[in-house]
Amino acid sequence: MQTKRTIFPNKLLPYALLAPQLAVTLIFFIWPAGQAVKSSFEREDPFGFRTTFIWFENYARLFSEPGYVNSLTKTAIFAISVTLLSMSLSLLLAVAVNRVIRTNRAYTTLLVWPYAVAPVVVGILWWFMFNPTIGIAPYLLRGLGISWNHRVDGTQAMILVVIAASWKQISYNFLFFVAGLQSVPQALNEAAAIDGAGPFKRFWTIVFPLLSPTTFFLLIVNINYAMFDTFGLIDATTNGGPNQATNILVYKVYADGFLGLNIGSSAAQSVVLMLIVIALTAIQFRYVERRVQY
Amino acid sequence: MSKNTLCLSVALAAMMSASPAIAQTEIAWWHAMDAELGQRLEAIAQGFNESQDEFVVVPSYKGTYPETLTAAIAAFRANEQPAIVQVFEVGTGTMMAAEGAVNPVYQLMQENGEPWDPSGFLAPVTGYYSDTDGNILSMPFNSSTPILYYNKDVFEQAGLDPETPPKTWAELETMSRQIMESGAAPCGFTTGWVSWVQLENLSAIHDQPYGTMDNGFGGLGTEFTFNGPVQVKHWENLKAWADEGLFEYGGPVGGGDAPPKFYAQECAMYMNSSASRAGVINNAKEFEVGFAPLPYYDDEIDEPKNSIIGGATLWVLNGKDPKVYEGVAQFFTHLSSPEVQAEWHQATGYLPITNAAYELGKEQGYYEANPGSEVAINQITRGTPTANSKGIRFGNLTQVRTVVDEEFEALLSGSKTAQEALDAAVERGNQILRDFEAANS
Repeated sequence: MQTKRTIFPNKLLPYALLAPQLAVTLIFFIWPAGQAVKSSFEREDPFGFRTTFIWFENYARLFSEPGYVNSLTKTAIFAISVTLLSMSLSLLLAVAVNRVIRTNRAYTTLLVWPYAVAPVVVGILWWFMFNPTIGIAPYLLRGLGISWNHRVDGTQAMILVVIAASWKQISYNFLFFVAGLQSVPQALNEAAAIDGAGPFKRFWTIVFPLLSPTTFFLLIVNINYAMFDTFGLIDATTNGGPNQATNILVYKVYADGFLGLNIGSSAAQSVVLMLIVIALTAIQFRYVERRVQY
Repeated sequence: MSKNTLCLSVALAAMMSASPAIAQTEIAWWHAMDAELGQRLEAIAQGFNESQDEFVVVPSYKGTYPETLTAAIAAFRANEQPAIVQVFEVGTGTMMAAEGAVNPVYQLMQENGEPWDPSGFLAPVTGYYSDTDGNILSMPFNSSTPILYYNKDVFEQAGLDPETPPKTWAELETMSRQIMESGAAPCGFTTGWVSWVQLENLSAIHDQPYGTMDNGFGGLGTEFTFNGPVQVKHWENLKAWADEGLFEYGGPVGGGDAPPKFYAQECAMYMNSSASRAGVINNAKEFEVGFAPLPYYDDEIDEPKNSIIGGATLWVLNGKDPKVYEGVAQFFTHLSSPEVQAEWHQATGYLPITNAAYELGKEQGYYEANPGSEVAINQITRGTPTANSKGIRFGNLTQVRTVVDEEFEALLSGSKTAQEALDAAVERGNQILRDFEAANS
């Protein structure tokens, strides 16, 4: 079969049509990224009076700094926990809603609400609930014999930000899973049921594999979300503390650059962060996607 | 009046009030004062604008102190800077190093023929903000110092004399224990600003050096020394008291969880800036508040030294029209007049910046009518300041304070001893100082 192709007689027209999109990409993505790369090789005072080119010193310092290595570890823990928690819970909810016939629209609407809440507001919300002094959660936990103080206990602080970040992302994942589930042909399920496969077996051998494109897409989105979009939430709940226990990379970039005014180091960190995401996405497409059935 | 006519008349009124401003020189003033403090600040600008018709000062709120500083720096790099920016005391080192960006206030006042008498300011204020030659580079505006607030009602319930607050840390410990054991309150004390109150001021009050080279006033080559025996002892105590429940930690930086602990009568005592006074009085509706100087260790020092200041000053940024600077100079004269200063000081709890404002307050009988309002002034002016109690001057101090908070949290969680935590803070802090030195020399 021959595909129909549009032929542009004018050589310039395609470039002109592409120009707006290219301009947006250049101005808002490539240029700032280039600036970050440039700054990462420099040492500069905040006002920009004295700039010294120092090659890789910012990077060398970064990787010899225990705080940065700690931040890498925390980011890995955070991103993996958030992705697993939010994806598994939203899949569970999606499957549950998919089985409800009469009220599934109402449930879907309700479950999507958290997505409309701004990250900072989410942070404040959980900060209130888990505030060691005035929060309701520490009060209830005290009844169970658990002393909650995420101001001091790093593990509790991590649990708090993971819960808060996952809670917000569940809606988004849920929506995609519901859509994905609806496109699974009912006939396959029914045929398997006639063959005697129970609901569990049917889910794992039919539904889950057929959902894999959605799952794969969400995996990438969630990891990127956890690594990039959770800044406001961390800022509002823990400020990266206690003792850097929740100081994930994206927050450290902000803290060092905007609060500490150490532009060179902050730029180097954002370049590293950029590389990590590029690498992760490449790996995912290269290796994980092979196992996805479209 | 219908909605439309209302809109129209509002728009007309706005136009009418704005039209004379076209001929006036605008002076942008970026600040970090929110809520009630912000309103007070705007009232000062309004007072100046009404007093003359050549200039108009336009204050804009730019967020927290670090946010305001970052915004001003970014604006300066884009050549969109305000004429005046309020910078908190930890940003002083950064601003002083940025010589090309700053129009030093002592020069500005002289060049524009405004009266300028540094000796009119309170001595601790001038000391903190002068350069090595003794010149004041930024206009002192809001300075505070930490004091102790305590709940008189809880003191009474615990069988303590509500008029006798603890003088020393030993007394504070016994009283906290009595408060806890009597069930008057579940916790003895809490604190805001651990780095500022429990380390910087602790060192000054006990005449302990915070860093070499006169606490950093002598130059960029300074190193931290706040891991001395007094500081280690104090942090050891804080850890022990936290374990016992006498002390509750209020979080990093300003310690946002600390005020609610005090307002909710969970903690009977609370250490924070004298500028928290207005907030404390507003929130402590169900109990009576007492004010006292910060406690000290009487086995370490007989006569505690003065405490040091926090707060902010107003920096004038370069790159504006000379006419603007004339207006800034006039505005600063207005700002430091005894009437304006006394009113600001009395409404907010910040220190009176000038001796004249303090005297005016005395004449008005303000301190007698408001018991406790003089505690901060007395504490910061007591004795003769030493090199250790004059103040501190370090670049990148914001980052150093973060490090101090982090190490304090490591101490509280039990992963480090007081000595280890302070040693680590000194080591990491020195690294930050070396960065600053390298970037500014």
